[in-house]
Amino acid sequence: MLIIGAGGAGLRAAVEGLKQGVKVLIVTKSLLGKAHTVMAEGGIAAALGNVDKEDNWKVHFVDTYVEGVYLGDWRFSEKLAKDAPERVLELEEYGALFDRNADGKILQRAFGAHTYRRLCHVGDKTGLELIRTLQDKVIHSDASFLEEIMITKIVTDGGRVKGAIGLDLKTGEFYSISAKGIIIASGGLGRIYKVTSNSWESTGDGLTLAFEAGAELMDLEMVQFHPTGMIWPPAIRGLLVTEGVRGDGGLLYNTKGERFMLRYSPQKKELDARDVVARSIYREIMEGRGTEHGGVYLDISYKGAKFIHEKLPSMYMQYKEFSGVDITKEKMEVAPTTHYHMGGIKVDAETNQTVVSGLFAAGEAATGLHGANRLGGNSLADLLVFGKRTGEEAAKFAKNAKLTRIAGNEASAEVDRVLSFLQVKDPVNPYEVFEKLRETMSSNVGIWRNEDGLNKALAEIAELKKVAGNVGVSGSTKFNPGLVTALEVQGLLNIAEMLVTAARERKESRGAHYRQDYPELRKEWRKNIVFVRKQDGGFTMRFDPVPELPPELKALLSKEEQENV
Amino acid sequence: MSDKVTISIKRSDPSKGEAPHFVDYEVPTQEGMVVLDAVHYIENNIDPTLSVRWNCKAARCGSCSAEVNGLPRLMCKTRVDKMGSKISIEPMRAYPVVKDLVTNVSHNWEIAKRIPPFTPKPNLPKPWKIAAIDITRSKEFRTCIECFLCQDVCHVIREHESNYLGPKHMVKVAALDMHPLDSIDRSGFLHTEGGVGFCNITKCCQNICPEGIHITDNAIIPEKERVVNEFYDPIGILIHRRKKK
Repeated sequence: MLIIGAGGAGLRAAVEGLKQGVKVLIVTKSLLGKAHTVMAEGGIAAALGNVDKEDNWKVHFVDTYVEGVYLGDWRFSEKLAKDAPERVLELEEYGALFDRNADGKILQRAFGAHTYRRLCHVGDKTGLELIRTLQDKVIHSDASFLEEIMITKIVTDGGRVKGAIGLDLKTGEFYSISAKGIIIASGGLGRIYKVTSNSWESTGDGLTLAFEAGAELMDLEMVQFHPTGMIWPPAIRGLLVTEGVRGDGGLLYNTKGERFMLRYSPQKKELDARDVVARSIYREIMEGRGTEHGGVYLDISYKGAKFIHEKLPSMYMQYKEFSGVDITKEKMEVAPTTHYHMGGIKVDAETNQTVVSGLFAAGEAATGLHGANRLGGNSLADLLVFGKRTGEEAAKFAKNAKLTRIAGNEASAEVDRVLSFLQVKDPVNPYEVFEKLRETMSSNVGIWRNEDGLNKALAEIAELKKVAGNVGVSGSTKFNPGLVTALEVQGLLNIAEMLVTAARERKESRGAHYRQDYPELRKEWRKNIVFVRKQDGGFTMRFDPVPELPPELKALLSKEEQENV
Repeated sequence: MSDKVTISIKRSDPSKGEAPHFVDYEVPTQEGMVVLDAVHYIENNIDPTLSVRWNCKAARCGSCSAEVNGLPRLMCKTRVDKMGSKISIEPMRAYPVVKDLVTNVSHNWEIAKRIPPFTPKPNLPKPWKIAAIDITRSKEFRTCIECFLCQDVCHVIREHESNYLGPKHMVKVAALDMHPLDSIDRSGFLHTEGGVGFCNITKCCQNICPEGIHITDNAIIPEKERVVNEFYDPIGILIHRRKKK
């Protein structure tokens, strides 16, 4: 089986595929161990109950489901809550070394909207530890991996996968990979926005590949803006400031010295869900109580230097190096930054398979778990839990499937398409198109959305799509960043169009999706917007009701919460 | 700070037989700009074919390693205003060039594969219990972002044909050896296959580590001491033999 993406989900799926005795190939657009997972800081949410004994999977389930504002599929959140503890302990047995409690068990920290202290962590570098552990496991296994390969097409035949075509950036040569099963674990699309915490790779390639192959996309309008990103100097704008800062006691202030979260969320304060805190910060800035650089203050200095060096070493480093600010003595300046895509490829809740036979998706590229808002720490848990499950399912599928080889003409058609970007007369610079797309997304499809802005964005995307036909670059296929951008931008324009269409369609405010013109949650909108590819390459929209909670899970919700479902 | 800076990049494409040569680019500066921003400016506005490897632009992933003004550094962590009005950027010297600033670092996976992996003590009661103080030593090494700059600066690797693993991999070995529940002894491996004797502790690696890992002091020297105890110290050898019985 073929795994596209070597982040947490892809690597965990590989480990599982090997356990099942299947031949595994992992391909990644960057080097092994560099995936966006390394940026995950705060921890992995798992109801181990090591710190707060009262914690259990039921509470974790309710937190996840309710804070996703009833848009998630309970079948995913139930699995996440039940499996996460086992996956964390297993990761420890693979070699991960977590921070410890006084009694020697794994230490857990508080995080936004988690009822109990639940995040297993390694200082503020949890993602790094996760990826290194799985990477080591893969290196010492029979799995093969190919680095710096950009998959540009998934080849299908009669509704089932045959394999994929990819460009080797190192050599400029093409790969035709025939596979019985394919897992897309290629992450999100944060780079569609100007201010983002996401790395180079997060350009939604997996969504494009899946959609073009016939899979459905869902909840695309649900983009998480993390409350705290760095803002000054401009060169590092968007860089993540971990929620661990607030989890460990960090307090938010406006320029009047007011701790404004007491006003917006008297109960949970700084540790409310990300959508709530991000919107609160944004309102403070928009109403003129922000700093000259357009942010608010986050203060952890009162905890003392020793505590900060031990628990938040990366935060200390990044403020010191990039801003010249010593966070053990001074306040940080922060503003919201694009962080995560709750939407993505629609998969079956039991098998993580798409509607295309043999095509699976896991991690951020997939959707259905987080609903309208993701809790911190649930994405690393997602990678482990659904990485494993998807690996297992894809392996089972592959064992019973027959390999159909990709034909020469199928491969050469795709090669020609990629090469055509090098032969455009008077080409348009792909970066220019990409920048314009990012600008319109940031100005019109951000934390506050409204009909006018969304229409404007759609009009601009339509204009860009016309220009995109003439995008081209010089040079060869070998390590040509311009060519890579040209390929990415084609797909992103389509995804962006669907994302904005969904945002315009959803006439309510729910989780991360906030409409100034429809500020209320509306029960009749408790449905998922699904995109289906038409034969001509366009799309149609479908509205699926959110799967009903079974009575035993519904009973876990409070009376007030039950009224929303 | 002046509003412009000259970036001089060593470019080449060995597969086309293109010899390495420096190309100068004028780049407008911005407050807080890092060297990688300048490279991006060139890529986006002057020459989109300029090859550079990068990922997070936050000093977390260790992709954008290069020689900036002759020193191995992460481009994303090097402020332009601290490097003078003309900045030279070259690919890492210890690795074969793929194109422009991109080098082939895949040799590191061959080495990584040879290092005996984490092997927990058998029959540990679950869930595992580890005292907080016992993880501190190993934890330092686990912050390694695999930028390979320490490998790049190591004169043993740059200038000599040897089987020495290199500092990055010594850090890995130390991370495994100092895991409180690991059960295997890697000193035999270091002594023979690992070529640890070649390191003459010049500390160049430690000085340039962007994560500030005390590579020489905390990883290499303790590992060397273990090898010495086991293979060179007569009393140590006796004890070791006894233990093995």
